[in-house]
Amino acid sequence: MMSDMKTMFDLNKIDSQGGKVETTNQQTGQAAINALEVRNLNFYYGSFQGLKSINLDIEQGKVTAFIGPSGCGKSTLLRTLNRMYDLYPGQRAEGEINFYGQNILNPGQDLNLLRSRIGMVFQKPTPFPMSIYENIAFGVRLYEKLSRSEMDERVEWALNKAALWTEAKDKLNQSGLSLSGGQQQRLCIARGVAVKPSVILLDEPTSALDPISTGKIEELINELKHEYTIAIVTHNMQQAARVSDYTAYMYLGSLVEYGKTDEIFIKPKRKETEDYITGRFG
Amino acid sequence: MNNTSNIDQAVFAKRKRANKIGLTLSMGAMALGMIFLMWILSVLVFKGLSAIDLNLFTHSTPAPGSDGGGLANAIVGSLLLVGTCTLISTPIGVLAGLYLSEYGDRSRVAAVTRFVTDIMLSAPSIVIGLFVYAFVVAQARHFSGWAGTIALALIAIPVVVRTTENMLRLVPGSLREAAYALGTPKWKVAFMITLRAAQSGVMTGILLALARVSGETAPLLFTALNNQFFSTNMNAPMANLPVVIFQFAMSPYDNWVELAWGGALLITFAVLGLNILARVVFREKVQG
Repeated sequence: MMSDMKTMFDLNKIDSQGGKVETTNQQTGQAAINALEVRNLNFYYGSFQGLKSINLDIEQGKVTAFIGPSGCGKSTLLRTLNRMYDLYPGQRAEGEINFYGQNILNPGQDLNLLRSRIGMVFQKPTPFPMSIYENIAFGVRLYEKLSRSEMDERVEWALNKAALWTEAKDKLNQSGLSLSGGQQQRLCIARGVAVKPSVILLDEPTSALDPISTGKIEELINELKHEYTIAIVTHNMQQAARVSDYTAYMYLGSLVEYGKTDEIFIKPKRKETEDYITGRFG
Repeated sequence: MNNTSNIDQAVFAKRKRANKIGLTLSMGAMALGMIFLMWILSVLVFKGLSAIDLNLFTHSTPAPGSDGGGLANAIVGSLLLVGTCTLISTPIGVLAGLYLSEYGDRSRVAAVTRFVTDIMLSAPSIVIGLFVYAFVVAQARHFSGWAGTIALALIAIPVVVRTTENMLRLVPGSLREAAYALGTPKWKVAFMITLRAAQSGVMTGILLALARVSGETAPLLFTALNNQFFSTNMNAPMANLPVVIFQFAMSPYDNWVELAWGGALLITFAVLGLNILARVVFREKVQG
């Protein structure tokens, strides 16, 4: 298993030394920059090992999707990237996660600062118990001091980014809870975008939504990737194929295959990936 | 057995019988409770209503043997005592509940706090009155409104602590995670997100604690005592409805007994009002 995985990474030109890797972007011919580089990551829930020596790069300005059956560790991996697991005693990660060269698993890492750089949107919409305006201003105020008019602009900008402005502009003072489920989720995305992070993590952002809301959020992901690096966990393989540039297939805590989405879906290199994608398993 | 179902008719009839017996017993129990409640309320309204007039709110308690009088000093005293009690017990109770739910959680300090709070919740209020008598009244060598407030606060705090903790625990963890995911420091998550989400539940707890202390008599007997005259001095003995009712109801004077009924009606409706308010506040949260 391990040696197979090793070959896999070599195929993807991942530097086993854990240094900064520069692969060539075919479209532009420029060197691609990695926002996040995961090196030999092991993760434990108490004594249970949830992730087994994961190695992967998340390229800046691209959408990376994580797919795999329930319990394969894709959400766990996402939650290590902003150290969300740190909230719970007994959960720990070993290895390295380099965020533009800085290992965020360092004990000295300031978690609040990290999470303001790497935002996250969850499976269920989680609007805060305050107005739509305040939902967005709350996060912005944590790290920036803006005047009233600057804040107004920022709120409008963020709501526009999340394609919610036209629907919400007349009820900014209403509770965030008064919105529909799909709108609430877009509000959460707007809230995450408003603090201008560098990476946005999406943990099954559409699994609680209807197809139309899902479509809107997928369009949104396509828009956002021009300015942000996005990592998305999804149960929906079509969604991964539609929105992502890179796809990682995980199974039982291991990364089975990782590569360009087109290649993974059209010509997977490994039998397990093919079985999962074609629906023979999972 | 018939053709359309394979239910054993004998077993079915037995279950229906058991159901009827169970229903009758529980209806009977409910009726018994309601009869006494309605009886108490109707006697209270019948006897108390005649005492309720403008004098009740404008005149102070009468001297022995004198005619008329009202409860103005006792009403104002009760409002002052319960009001200051709220001001003291709300911050302490809410902060302690916040600690138990958000910070202490499984720590030893939290476990001990929870245990002591639960004991305080069920402690007889006369014990709390005696405690405050020994440590405040006996030290200061006089009864006072402050001593009464402290005794009431000691009764209210555990109620607020436990309801606050329980309400905060109902806030889904996903909301906290969402706040942390923006880079929010822990104290801001606790105060601005979690507490805000549990706001109406916490408010309900405070109102119920108020309802509980506003009828307490025993702790005030040893602390605020009573005052025949109108006084807003918290350092002096202070008139209050429960103690006035206690003294007047047992007196030989007709006008005193009538005032006691009037006071009892006032307190009962104040408590009823607080309970209804608490329900309304809580319902708004559930719908909103």
